[in-house]
Amino acid sequence: MKKVVRGFYSVAYAVKLCRPNVVCAYPITPQTEIVENLAEMYANGELENCRYITAESEFAAASILVGASAAGARTFTATCSQGLILMSEVLFNAAGMRLPIVVANPNRALSAPLSIWNDLQDSMVLRDAGIIQVYVESNQEAHDMIPQAYKIAEDKRVMLPFMVCLDGFKLTHAHEPVDLLEQSLVDEFLPPYRPEVYLTTKKPVAFGCYAPPNIYMEFRVAMQRAMERAQGVIEKVFREWAEFSRRDWGGHLEIVYPESRNFVIAMGSLVGLLRKVVGELRKEGLSIGLVKLRTFRPFPFEDLRRVLGNAEKIIVIDRSVSLGYEGNLSIELKSALYGLSPEIISMILCLGGRDISKENLEKILRNAVLGKEGSGFKGYIEFEEVVP
Amino acid sequence: MRFFGRGHGACPGCGLTIAVRNVLEALEGKCFVANPTGCLEIISSQYGKNAWGVPYIHSLFDNVAAVASGISEALKAMGREDEGKVVVFAGDGATADIGLTLHGMFDRNHDVIYICLDNEAYQNTGHQQSALTPLGEATTTTPVGKIMLGKMGRKKDMIAIALAHGSPYVATSSAVLPADIRRKVKKAAGIVGAKYIQIHCPCVTGWGIDGKEVVKVGNLAIETALYPIVEFENGKLLTVRKLKDRKPVEEYLKLQRRFRHLFTNPEGKKIIAEIQRIADANALKYNIDLKK
Repeated sequence: MKKVVRGFYSVAYAVKLCRPNVVCAYPITPQTEIVENLAEMYANGELENCRYITAESEFAAASILVGASAAGARTFTATCSQGLILMSEVLFNAAGMRLPIVVANPNRALSAPLSIWNDLQDSMVLRDAGIIQVYVESNQEAHDMIPQAYKIAEDKRVMLPFMVCLDGFKLTHAHEPVDLLEQSLVDEFLPPYRPEVYLTTKKPVAFGCYAPPNIYMEFRVAMQRAMERAQGVIEKVFREWAEFSRRDWGGHLEIVYPESRNFVIAMGSLVGLLRKVVGELRKEGLSIGLVKLRTFRPFPFEDLRRVLGNAEKIIVIDRSVSLGYEGNLSIELKSALYGLSPEIISMILCLGGRDISKENLEKILRNAVLGKEGSGFKGYIEFEEVVP
Repeated sequence: MRFFGRGHGACPGCGLTIAVRNVLEALEGKCFVANPTGCLEIISSQYGKNAWGVPYIHSLFDNVAAVASGISEALKAMGREDEGKVVVFAGDGATADIGLTLHGMFDRNHDVIYICLDNEAYQNTGHQQSALTPLGEATTTTPVGKIMLGKMGRKKDMIAIALAHGSPYVATSSAVLPADIRRKVKKAAGIVGAKYIQIHCPCVTGWGIDGKEVVKVGNLAIETALYPIVEFENGKLLTVRKLKDRKPVEEYLKLQRRFRHLFTNPEGKKIIAEIQRIADANALKYNIDLKK
């Protein structure tokens, strides 16, 4: 059923359809309306076999879900920015305990200076946590991703937390027509969560044992292998979803104009604008294609080598930066393409909600392809820095 | 030893293990245990040497109350409440210092029996002061020096904090009172909500006592009124362990290495006098002294 809804609702409604047992969160802009929607459904008795808990912090919210997930519950939280990094101690722990908690993260910048606006810095902090990260372009894709997230995270070959990243404000606050899923379809696609191991007095087990040097490393190797297996599981679930919903979002990557000599690669809602920009530039005769990176962890390095290995130039658009080095996606991509020879131009844009116009984006991409624009921050106003 | 014990690595005479065994036996093993990082976790949950015969989870140092709340809520959501009670065993540091999530558990009144095993410092890591370290105790982070004689602050009043949150059941006990522990845990198990029981647990290494002195020292904490044994239901004081002949605090302090400096340093007398004042105030507050 197609309805015009905001991004918040497209996520919240999909979560409801997945029949979570425990939903727990703490408000933070621009996430809050996701859990407000869920709270309203809970207050109206629309969430069956579910407890909705208003935690005293994101740290507590994630911790409550660790207990709930270990007890065998399907769990959900939403957070971003400061909330996500406040959760980070718990989320690393949840990944290590192999708890398939699903987190919606409407990406927001990190403080200082305080900014409630959008970039991708927050989820980059969790890059190494053992959490699957998928970035979506639209609210329909966000809506569709939630059932897929549970199916992938809870797969016995995976058993890792899953973070659905959607751009704060740009998606969360946007009204878009979204084809809302039917309960029967989600029920058919997503089986109930039945973990092999969970806390029960019927068969006592211990979660979170500490590991001396003789065994710690093996646990981490097992996590890495689960991430490697997740690559295949994600592809399989994405394909299955395309058949189920008749909406095909692609695999780890979506490639537009694959025969191009040059490519631009980006994640999230900016891809929507890039589709138009790349179309315009092609009309001018430039050979430029677009790669939308959906899965950031596990990083689909083999797909990227296959698709981009023979490109002449790759323009990487980052909306986060590893201060002291360069844009995060750029770092990852260079590592993935090691030994291959495309020229990589790394651009950092749109930090803390800074907008970029279509015309400007066209200009810098055109210039980059023509060799007149190099790597670095784009779209900021030059200023004189006072260094005492 | 059905529910806890096989393979644990506690010191001989450790108060924690006495308390834990009695709690689990009072609940007949029908419980889920959440345990933060600390002494108990280290002695009982090494991979391959799990000493727990009940479902057990260790997550982090600072989140045990929330983890336990999550288990409790999940059991409710899935209709599995009959499986057992949710119990926390947390140290004093994990409770009174870094236990960020305790107030949320109290506030929302999750159905959890929260047991604070109070050995009055971070003993697992070699005796650093916590908020429940008492006045005058020498720890590695409040050492005895030229201008400082051990911890110069007070012991945080977690009982008052639990009561202020409206906890339906709040009590203290001691590892040297196994029957008292069992009775209070059974009572707590019959009450819905976030219960708090703080159990004084002598620590042989941290306190500097001999394993065979544990019961004597634990009893002296009670007999001097330094550790009042009390019980509240819905904020109302139900029981107090009364004393016929309350002993002077020196009798308790002098047996322990952590307080030895109070008897050798010329300034120690003042601190002992202050500790006696604390004991007197406890006795007055809870009407501990029986009339002769």
